[in-house]
Amino acid sequence: MPYDSVVCVKQVPDTANVTAEAMKEDGTVNRAALPAIFNPEDLHALETALEIKDEYGGTVTAISMGPPKAGEVLRDCLYRGADRAILLTDRRAAASDTLATSYILSRAVQTVGRFDFVFCGRQAIDGDTAQVGPQCAEKLGIPQITYLEELVSLSRRTVRIRRNVGSGWEIVEAELPVLVTVIDSANKPRPPAAKRMMRFKRARAEAELVMDVRRALPDASDDERQAEVRRQAEALQQAGLLIEQWDLDDIEADLSRCGLAGSPTKVFKVQAIVLTKEGYTEIPPTEDGVSQLIRELVVDRTLG
Amino acid sequence: MIEVNRQGEVWVFAEQEDGVLHDVSLELCGKARALADQLGVAMGAVLPGAKLDGLPERLIAQGADRVYRVDDERLAHYQTAPYARVVGALIEKHKPQIVIYGATPLGRDLAPRVASAMRAGMTADCTDLEVRDVTDPKTKQVHEKLLLQIRPAFGGNIIATIVNYDWWPQMATVREGVMPMLPPDASRRGQVVEEKVEIDPSLLALKLIERHIEPRRVNLKGARVIVAGGGGVGSKENFRVIHELAGAIGGAVGASRAAVDGGFVGKEHQVGQTGTTVRPALYIAAGISGAVQHRAGMEESAKIIAINKDPDAPIFSVAHYGIVGDLNQVIPMMVKALKERR
Repeated sequence: MPYDSVVCVKQVPDTANVTAEAMKEDGTVNRAALPAIFNPEDLHALETALEIKDEYGGTVTAISMGPPKAGEVLRDCLYRGADRAILLTDRRAAASDTLATSYILSRAVQTVGRFDFVFCGRQAIDGDTAQVGPQCAEKLGIPQITYLEELVSLSRRTVRIRRNVGSGWEIVEAELPVLVTVIDSANKPRPPAAKRMMRFKRARAEAELVMDVRRALPDASDDERQAEVRRQAEALQQAGLLIEQWDLDDIEADLSRCGLAGSPTKVFKVQAIVLTKEGYTEIPPTEDGVSQLIRELVVDRTLG
Repeated sequence: MIEVNRQGEVWVFAEQEDGVLHDVSLELCGKARALADQLGVAMGAVLPGAKLDGLPERLIAQGADRVYRVDDERLAHYQTAPYARVVGALIEKHKPQIVIYGATPLGRDLAPRVASAMRAGMTADCTDLEVRDVTDPKTKQVHEKLLLQIRPAFGGNIIATIVNYDWWPQMATVREGVMPMLPPDASRRGQVVEEKVEIDPSLLALKLIERHIEPRRVNLKGARVIVAGGGGVGSKENFRVIHELAGAIGGAVGASRAAVDGGFVGKEHQVGQTGTTVRPALYIAAGISGAVQHRAGMEESAKIIAINKDPDAPIFSVAHYGIVGDLNQVIPMMVKALKERR
């Protein structure tokens, strides 16, 4: 039997590969200079959903909450095999913490309607919280199965999943629907398919068109730009290439639960980690140098 | 959420498996004790599970004034929904002002679910906690004795301090190994409170089919000395020099992500943000460039020796001793010097 999956994906700055260009003079990282990438574990979540679709049929819907630029990861989802992509973008959602974000995403999933699975990456590499998946599951009122490493079996409405629990693994069984978070050892994400890239490379959400048009027509009036956006959106719509775009009203979100107003946790202070080159004792790489060091460690009782 | 409650206790979620308390819960008892003393309130531990004999006494010896025990056969194996229900119900009943959980796979599965159900705040994977008066930069309102939840973010490139002004309790998960475990004091006295929480059968939605827990073979957290190798070691064969030095010095073998990804050594050896956080008396980093993710897991070590060919490697920024040179020459010299000492 076919299964319908919703996959939540996020575009993140590539914090794992801080380039020399992104290092500032003062030894801190210029976050804006990092390239934006598909959150790594979300690719594994997408792959899990696509494998289910390959084997049993059904649909895969990708949702990304973020600024217009997040349309890039949605196109990537279409290239890899997603049937439907939805950009959830709204300035009123800015500064949401995990509680508010999970509320907004859960409203979006409910707006999609019917689903058997919701898949999320375990965590995003910009915040590393791993909280949005479980909190979404709670709001949807469905069981969560975190840290999927293998989908063991799926038959009718029953799924068995092997989850990595750090010190080992366990296999749990649940009735659908469930929310599953996926870790990077679960599978090897398929690459974008060339044919699908050809087909979807022009796909855009309206918010992206707004940005494109602003760049292309810097001297045009607001009215002219709006008309141009409308024209392009209609053309894409007819070609089946307009990425759906929702705001908080489309998902009937309670605004008091979104953005800063809906976020119990506040960032009070941010300190950049400064790379300094200060005060270590340089030991020459010689036998004398090294044995002197060992003696020193014995004398100060570091070595027993 | 609960209202701001300055008389509320400071709680630790006591994680146990098969009747054995997780180390991180014992570590957190020490921190919670200190926070409770600073706030002038009692410290409590929440202990759900089955067959919990002896565990409340241990939590009291680690600093708890009260242990809220929920002994129920249906809680024998961890499952998110019933555990979240138990913890949430006890929070609503006793209104603690702070609740901290170990940032273990279990803690990070449970804590966000509890927070979501209560519509309260939750900060993930903290590396430090402090209580201090805080002035809201927007409203200029002073909030007395708030919990500062301090954590690395952005791949370890920044340290963020998170606060929760009024959607209490203030809750966080705290990384394993960052809080020192205090020695137990068997003479401490405390109270064991037996609690019953209604668990609706619909909450028991998952069925455990099979479970395989491996005993930890690598004890990085308990090691006094760690010798760690990185990508600069070059190959699995050459990683032997790391093992040799660890053997000569009587330490454990650690590794950076590059060494693990390169297949030089197993993932259980990985130190860093995605591996184990350690704070040994001595940490020797050989052929490790020192990406922030690695440094986040070892920079609290009492003494750090860095060996690297590249004098500009970031690892030197946290080192106490630096040796700019080829580890293939330096390490045998160290092994020799150690042997001569005996």
